[in-house]
Amino acid sequence: MQAANAESPRPDIELDGSATRKILTNDEVRRALTRIAHEILERNGGAEGLVLVGMHTRGVPIAQRLAELMDDFEGESVPTGALDIGLYRDDTTGGSRPMMRLTEIPVDIQNRAVVLVDDVLFTGRSIRAAMDALNDFGRPSQIQLAVLVDRGHRELPIRADYVGKNVPTSRDEDVDVRLIEIDGVDEVLISRKENL
Amino acid sequence: MTQANQVKDRTQTTNRSASPIAAVSGAYAAENSVESFRSDRRHVLDLDDFSPEEIEGVFQNADAMSEVLNRQIKKVPTLRGKTVITMFYEASTRTRVSFEQAGKILSADVINVSGGGTSTEKGESLYNTALTLQAMNADIIVIRHSHSGAPYFLARNLDACIINAGDGTHAHPTQGLLDLYTIRRNLGNIKGRKVVIVGDVLYSRVARSNLWGLTKMGANVVLCAPPTLLPLDFLDEQRRTKGHPFANVEIETNVERALEGADVVMPLRLQMERQKAGHLPTLREYSRMYGINAERLKLASPNVLVMHPGPMNEGVEIDPEVAHGSRSVIEEQVTNGVAIRMAILYGIATPVRERRYVGSRQ
Repeated sequence: MQAANAESPRPDIELDGSATRKILTNDEVRRALTRIAHEILERNGGAEGLVLVGMHTRGVPIAQRLAELMDDFEGESVPTGALDIGLYRDDTTGGSRPMMRLTEIPVDIQNRAVVLVDDVLFTGRSIRAAMDALNDFGRPSQIQLAVLVDRGHRELPIRADYVGKNVPTSRDEDVDVRLIEIDGVDEVLISRKENL
Repeated sequence: MTQANQVKDRTQTTNRSASPIAAVSGAYAAENSVESFRSDRRHVLDLDDFSPEEIEGVFQNADAMSEVLNRQIKKVPTLRGKTVITMFYEASTRTRVSFEQAGKILSADVINVSGGGTSTEKGESLYNTALTLQAMNADIIVIRHSHSGAPYFLARNLDACIINAGDGTHAHPTQGLLDLYTIRRNLGNIKGRKVVIVGDVLYSRVARSNLWGLTKMGANVVLCAPPTLLPLDFLDEQRRTKGHPFANVEIETNVERALEGADVVMPLRLQMERQKAGHLPTLREYSRMYGINAERLKLASPNVLVMHPGPMNEGVEIDPEVAHGSRSVIEEQVTNGVAIRMAILYGIATPVRERRYVGSRQ
């Protein structure tokens, strides 16, 4: 934690002369998730009847962290699942051949409130696919959406219910969320796309 | 930032972290890796051109497909609008139904063509039949044919993706993959496992595809059969020095010795015609010498898996007691076959074209 801060005391300035900026630090990620956990509890009147479903890859650890936080606050454990949307995407003809991850929905979602969790909300197409996938598991009483970063540029009428940080971006930028569980560090970076 | 750079970047940052949560990052990192199918793969003809990584990629996607098979509603929209045509010029129940089921669960349109009752009977050549089917916009053609190499011929001459569902005595790659997958699901890994294939290796396309797959994944393969049912080059001890692709495969003509400590035993179907062709004195003698029964199975590891590609001749190469016993995973093989074929159809039907730029996912 100390080391990361020492490297970039000012999150807003460029890290190494390249066009990469840090938009969320370690502490800011933690605070954002804490707030989102509170907001979910507040809006749903507690943790009862909730299911958190993280979208692979980085939505999954975020959902687990939210569940841990909610358990700390309310003493009630929220069932947490994982969802791979590979089978529901609308762009399979132009993309790559991605490795699929396991989908695990731990409880019957029928008549429960499902909170979908993803790292970045961009075009909204992944969320559309995720909602299609959830419908195959049952009919939730409602679906809410929590994201760490909303970077705009929606192509579908979708909005998030809980947002860690709204970040205005241009389309030729990449938002790179890094989490301790996967990348060894908590931070969100924004950079210019290379040759695309 | 390119994909490669991002991955490199992430591994560098991992080293800095001393958090206890970082301990689980390995599990995620493995899941994070690249592509399932080789991006330039258009056909699945045999396992000889598969790398271990690609086989592992198919397994991982098959894991995800198994989850779909366990749902109440077994249907996903992935291959909507794609047409899969199965051309079976040889009898088959499980392979054809398995491909059909796999395609339908993925929402592809599956059309079955067989040898009998079609224009083949009027003398149409394989090429012209396939060309006709392609002209009807078949995206994927699954073919079984009695001539070795028929799928290769189609792959060379058509634009559709070709999947070999068994060609002559040559190859049966999807069966090979589902056998490997079944071993991995039950024993955790394939590397170092002793796998004994018993029976008609000479004519078995299942054995041949399994040989490629098993040796690539690091299994210790033992082939056990009467010498008349083994390919000649396997009997030649010089193969070990001649760069034979299967130099490390053991040959054992005594089934008891072969079975000692085996982790997997896979008897092959003995076709009745073999006796007429003079490879065997009698079926009864073969059964007595090579049939897998409960007594012989005791020589294998206590956790041995009994597998069979089907259809079985119970009482010839395998005893009913063993085929339906507690160590048998023969039915599981059939279920896994659907998941494997879903993974293959999914992989092959998502061609990697010129990247259409619509913005990255995020």
